[in-house]
Amino acid sequence: MSALTAGQILVPKTYIINRAALVTYANASGDQNPIHQNEEFAKSVGLENVIAHGMYTMGLVGQYISEIAGSSSKVKEFSARFTKPVVVPADTDVELVVSATVTEIIDGCAKLEVTATCNDAKVLGMTKAVILL
Amino acid sequence: MLNPDLVGSTFEGATSTTISAESIAAFATALGESDTHIAPPTYAITISLEQSQAVLEGSGLDWSRVVHGDQRFAINKPLTAGMVITCNSTIESARMVAGNEIVTVRSDLIESREVTVSSWSTLVFRA
Repeated sequence: MSALTAGQILVPKTYIINRAALVTYANASGDQNPIHQNEEFAKSVGLENVIAHGMYTMGLVGQYISEIAGSSSKVKEFSARFTKPVVVPADTDVELVVSATVTEIIDGCAKLEVTATCNDAKVLGMTKAVILL
Repeated sequence: MLNPDLVGSTFEGATSTTISAESIAAFATALGESDTHIAPPTYAITISLEQSQAVLEGSGLDWSRVVHGDQRFAINKPLTAGMVITCNSTIESARMVAGNEIVTVRSDLIESREVTVSSWSTLVFRA
């Protein structure tokens, strides 16, 4: 990894979210809420369609941050606000685009501000991380 | 509505969880992580959310009306296979906004009396 500097804009990465990925995440995380898998159920509770687990979206952003840090073990703090659900229709690959800016280098750590969008709309707010350099 | 007296209360997890290599690998793989030996930064949620749920269900909030509002992790020590974790949850705040009740629970994942990860979940119970 090249050295990070304050103000640096990091290369964005695109993640694909689809129904199969939601099933895999549900099994790995234990969160089997049907709004993340069952279209009929999701619509019955007023949702447009099946939505991704907020923690799945945040987890993918965590992967992006871990990659920047060089390892999951270097992520010290990570926070996000769930501002907009990621809607995942059947047979569709939804693109999650993640990017970040280095806001500060301090005490051997880099502070990052992260943006996560689907179809050009922000899906997470206040997304921040602190990684060890 | 949550009994205001419960704000500040800590609930100690009754059982411990031994983190398995398989569990970390499955979680990391689901997130597209190539290193499947170290828990991803959000892995703690697999332990903390269940505990938060138990604490809040016991306090009378309707879990079927919940939306995850915010999430924060402070990671002192990355979680790895073989760690035996107990989870203590504290209701840090509860407030009403436009009829919705917003509750923040901090869960401390503890191994040998040392906090490895703290997880703050802010949950919105819709009116």
